[in-house]
Amino acid sequence: MITNGTSKTVVKLHVNGETRDVMIRSADTLLQTLREQLGLTAAKRACQNGDCGACTVLVNGEPTHSCLSLSIESVDQHITTIEGFNNSFIQQEFVDKWAIQCGFCTPGFILNCYALANKHPNADDATIEEWMQSNLCRCTGYQEIKEAVKSVLQKHAGGSVS
Amino acid sequence: MIPFDFDYYRPDSISEAVQIYETLAKQSKKVLFYSGGTEFITFSRINQLYADAVIDLKGIPECNTLEMQGEQIVIGAAVSLNKITESNLFPLLGQTIKKIADHTSRNKITIGGNLHSRLIYRESVLPLLVAEAEVRLAGSEGETTVQLEEIFNQQLSTSPGQFLVQIIVPKTYTDSPFASFKKTKMSKVGYPIVSIAAILKNKQIRAALSGVCEYPFRSVEIEAALNDSSLSIEEKIEKAVTLLPSQIIDDIQASSDYREFVLKNTLHETMEALGAAHG
Amino acid sequence: MLDNPWMSVGKPEPRIDAVEKAAGTVRYTADYTAPGLLHAKLATSTKAHAKIKSIDVTEAWKIPGVRAIVTGKMFPFHIGPILADRPPLAFEKVRYFGEPLAIVVADHEYQAKQAAGLIKVEYEPLPVVNSVREAFQSNAPLIHENSGQYIKIISNVYPVQGTNIGSHIKIRKGDIITAWENCDYKVKETYSFNLSDHVALEPRCTLVEINPAGKVVVHSTTQSPFTIKKVLNQFFNIEVGNIIVHVPLIGGAFGGKGTVQLEPLAYLASKAVGGKMVKLEYDREEDLITAPGHIGLEATIALGTNKSGKLLAAQYTYLIDSGAYTDQAAGITRAMALDCTGPYDIANVWCDSYCMYTNHPYATSFRGYAHPELTFAVERTMDQLAKRLNFDPVELRKINAIKPGNSSPTRTMLNANNIGDVVQCIDRAKELIGWDENSLRKKTTDGKVRTKGISTFWKTSTTATNAQSGAILKFEADGSVNLNCAAIELGQGTKTILAQMVAERLKMDINKVHVTMEVNTQTDPHQWRTVASSTTFLAGRAVMNAADDAISQLKRTAATALQCSMEDLEVGGGRVYLKSSPEYGVKIEDIALGYKYPNGHAVEGQVVGHGRYIQRHLTPMDKDTGFGKPGPWWSVGTQAVEVEWDPKDCTYTILKAVTVLDGGKIINPMTAVQQMRGGMYLGLSFASQEAFLFDSHGTVLNPQLRTYQIMRFGEQPADYIVDFIQTPAADGPYGARGIGEYGVIGMAGALANALSRAAEVELNHLPLIPERIWKTRKEMQK
Ligand SMILES: Cc1cc2nc3c(=O)[nH]c(=O)nc-3n(C[C@H](O)[C@H](O)[C@H](O)COP(=O)(O)OP(=O)(O)OC[C@H]3O[C@@H](n4cnc5c(N)ncnc54)[C@H](O)[C@@H]3O)c2cc1C
Ligand code: FES
Ligand code: FES
Repeated sequence: MITNGTSKTVVKLHVNGETRDVMIRSADTLLQTLREQLGLTAAKRACQNGDCGACTVLVNGEPTHSCLSLSIESVDQHITTIEGFNNSFIQQEFVDKWAIQCGFCTPGFILNCYALANKHPNADDATIEEWMQSNLCRCTGYQEIKEAVKSVLQKHAGGSVS
Repeated sequence: MIPFDFDYYRPDSISEAVQIYETLAKQSKKVLFYSGGTEFITFSRINQLYADAVIDLKGIPECNTLEMQGEQIVIGAAVSLNKITESNLFPLLGQTIKKIADHTSRNKITIGGNLHSRLIYRESVLPLLVAEAEVRLAGSEGETTVQLEEIFNQQLSTSPGQFLVQIIVPKTYTDSPFASFKKTKMSKVGYPIVSIAAILKNKQIRAALSGVCEYPFRSVEIEAALNDSSLSIEEKIEKAVTLLPSQIIDDIQASSDYREFVLKNTLHETMEALGAAHG
Repeated sequence: MLDNPWMSVGKPEPRIDAVEKAAGTVRYTADYTAPGLLHAKLATSTKAHAKIKSIDVTEAWKIPGVRAIVTGKMFPFHIGPILADRPPLAFEKVRYFGEPLAIVVADHEYQAKQAAGLIKVEYEPLPVVNSVREAFQSNAPLIHENSGQYIKIISNVYPVQGTNIGSHIKIRKGDIITAWENCDYKVKETYSFNLSDHVALEPRCTLVEINPAGKVVVHSTTQSPFTIKKVLNQFFNIEVGNIIVHVPLIGGAFGGKGTVQLEPLAYLASKAVGGKMVKLEYDREEDLITAPGHIGLEATIALGTNKSGKLLAAQYTYLIDSGAYTDQAAGITRAMALDCTGPYDIANVWCDSYCMYTNHPYATSFRGYAHPELTFAVERTMDQLAKRLNFDPVELRKINAIKPGNSSPTRTMLNANNIGDVVQCIDRAKELIGWDENSLRKKTTDGKVRTKGISTFWKTSTTATNAQSGAILKFEADGSVNLNCAAIELGQGTKTILAQMVAERLKMDINKVHVTMEVNTQTDPHQWRTVASSTTFLAGRAVMNAADDAISQLKRTAATALQCSMEDLEVGGGRVYLKSSPEYGVKIEDIALGYKYPNGHAVEGQVVGHGRYIQRHLTPMDKDTGFGKPGPWWSVGTQAVEVEWDPKDCTYTILKAVTVLDGGKIINPMTAVQQMRGGMYLGLSFASQEAFLFDSHGTVLNPQLRTYQIMRFGEQPADYIVDFIQTPAADGPYGARGIGEYGVIGMAGALANALSRAAEVELNHLPLIPERIWKTRKEMQK
């Protein structure tokens, strides 16, 4: 059984391939802990309500709104943030396709795209839409993002994503 | 960010969960079960929910079941909506819950949480109502398995400390022709104005609705109207709409007039999809 | 002339910020933290209009970690950018749902939030003014009892004491009464939409500290760092020189970060804890309703033409819902008047533009500053007029298109330099959307209806008449150059554009131009603001000026090194060389920090170019007639959309959206296209689904993105087509005009025109959700 009281407790989180100690309240969301304790600020706090996708991280490879998870829930999970990527070709694709303006939505989109490419390398338009609809972008109008995602899927077919 | 503090427990078994609940309840603590946690977190952060302690059911193996057991499909209460859809064990359920929230949220939202949601929608109940599902509950009185219909009246009524462990769907229902539609104000991602799940069983339509009234429901009267072969399709629909269990809601998603219009359209679409439009 | 291999202007240079943004390593304001940082959280009003009887903070103080609680009594003064009518923290009364009432400062944000939730406010409800229409009634409850006594920060704002009119701007051009009588065809219609929001993905955030020496250090998500200095100076008596504002990259703004709200609050919070650094980060709910949003509007337009469709007379009444405070809505009121006609030549114009107080969240600038709003109303009227005249809507627009030789509503004379080519934009848009006047409404085989809608627009950038910018170019020992300029990167790509101008002017590799991305008001030259599509123009001119200064310094040092006169020299390719024999020259790296003679003696020193630019010959508008020259140039354009509408349920999809803009010379075609598409998206999202919804008490019913929905991936037009007409602006850097806001302007009009044609009803109210279309049709059938 896992328990955590109302006082702060030190727990271990597995983030980007490293095991890190963090001191958390039960009430702390994964988003808070990543940002405030681990300095992984690419996960953005934009609604804290599951509506925008800016806080997206991967939990065991699945895109997850880190604002909708408690840190304590995440202790035995594998968490990936964009800081765990190193110039992946997905990132380059977003750059090359002009899919970035203010950049606030970018980490969320890239992580979601990464998970999509891994799970559905041959995703059709409907699947792309279903997945990417989880992320809001207010700057681009989505066309360039769509082009980037499609290009990622195309190039990925058969290869590794990162 | 949740302003208040609470204790978090993740028991490994049903009995442990029951025990924790009893102990905490004796201390007059406000205890909530916790599954996907999406509603707990989003309501707590705006001070619309409070708990001294939460019991996370995700550690209980039974709550994570997702498989065919003989002639039954067994779905654990803590299984995420996406997993259910991907399993394709019960396509109508898979298709209906695929329209709840957004894809990423559905990795976290669980069926148990959705069935107990404080929001009026609880869309995952719709396929379960038409498929005459059973639910397995656990609590201090032990475990029971009952017909969903028996305890679902506007919402799941369980006794304090009782929680949903599993949902059991007879396999026979998974072969029936089905239809599922969700209509929203504008965006695909959004609360329903009308959400419907329906099947054709022995040439009879069974349908459950959400978004129309203050709660999701299945109505035998409405089904009777839709199945009345003496009526034209328009008459069936006109009649069905007079048989709603309560007033059509009027809120920021839609006015009641417009909801009624959309409801009629959706019923039409549903009947067409089930090939029942002209039968 | 030889080809310039370092040509950068006009090329799709990659954005200089993209790689870091893709890596997730860019730090936005909220990403900063510091040891000992304290956190502030607001208690906000749950009533839209009420007297504050008492504020009880006893319970809040009991929360561990609380260090200070600030209420309105501690700063009972009014501030504001145009009219000082807004208390940073409400005192005596609240005027909108979500208005800041108190600030709690605590060690942790959750503690502050917990405590803020425990502050008890006793209200005495007042009648709520819930629309501009209500506000305009002579017996309406007053939201500001003493508006006549508020300090005017900018002189041409005209509150009317004893009413809810926060300002009233007039245009009186020609003889409207006679002209109206002589018109053969007339239409008069009313349009409306509610307040809405910018929804920049990054919520507003600020960090403020007051150091022991009295310096106030601010970090903020702002488009206007120098305005923050001004506000802190004007209203809080801090010396301008003692205020330092840092602005990192911004996660979208759209005008919403142009005004000053959080910084004074965080300043008061910091002051209450002895100057320690305090962070105030808004939750989305606060960003939506506590922070200022986008105006609402009720517009009535009357247009009259002669038999051949020439507009003779026009009358406009704009009731702008500015919410509880005027903020930038007072400026928008002015902008709406001065461009009231849209890009049409009309000799007789009468416009009354009112900034109305209501008990709604207050409004500030929004991308397009009055133009998307007025264009919606004007373009709907043009389509209805075309119908009345039985004209092709495109033809009607062409007949009336404004051109050099005509005058604007404020009677500014137009010439080939200060206005783009409207007709050319219309023709090109017509071509791109496939406009076919013989079949504007087509049925598809599956029973749907396809239609197109068109909209033309114009906009001048009404900056302050002394709006300005400066730039510094500092050379490195390796011959590369650092650019400092206080233009803020909001996502629009401004820093890339400025780097291109530097590269072009200095004929150097753009990779050798290092742009300081963050803005620091202490080290960067003054910049008016990063708003109003004015940055390419103002900062661009300053940058070019700085480059020229650097060039002359380089030549001077090189003249010593090469023992020749400056006039003989040319700069390019990282060298300074003799015009007559380019192979003879010196590398910039050898003179960037001065020239050293072989004997060790040195001269000149580091090349530091500086440049500046200030608006010239702008004049404010006359109070009674509107006469004046409010902006330097007008960019013009035409937009169109194609929709597929389903008569069965009134739903629709947007198939195509077209923008043709005359933005002068385009410095970077790809960032320009990015800007246009983003603007089109914003306009379509606003027009199709965005609006705050109020109950009868003025409570906002959709203060979250769950219920205040914006367009999601997949709902955008399948095809965005963007094209530019590049009529150079003589004043602009390399002939560029502003383009930043323009993509948004015509979209609401084009969409409403297309859908009106499809649904065969006049859709004059936004947003265009299927329910609205259904309802309008139902009412018509009655
Ligand atoms: C972005 C977003 C969009 C949404 N859109 C929709 C929508 O369109 N339609 C719709 O129907 N819903 C929608 N929702 C609501 C969503 O369905 C609820 O958040 C979700 O159902 C809660 O599931 P959970 O597993 O996260 O529940 P939790 O937050 O864990 O729990 C929710 C409630 O159920 C109780 N509970 C959980 N599991 C059990 C159990 N096994 N036994 C007894 N009680 C239990 C909890 O105590 C709590 O009261 C949306 C939510 C989000 C975040
Ligand atoms: S911050 Fe998590 S979804 Fe918006
Ligand atoms: S680039 Fe700004 S929100 Fe997407």
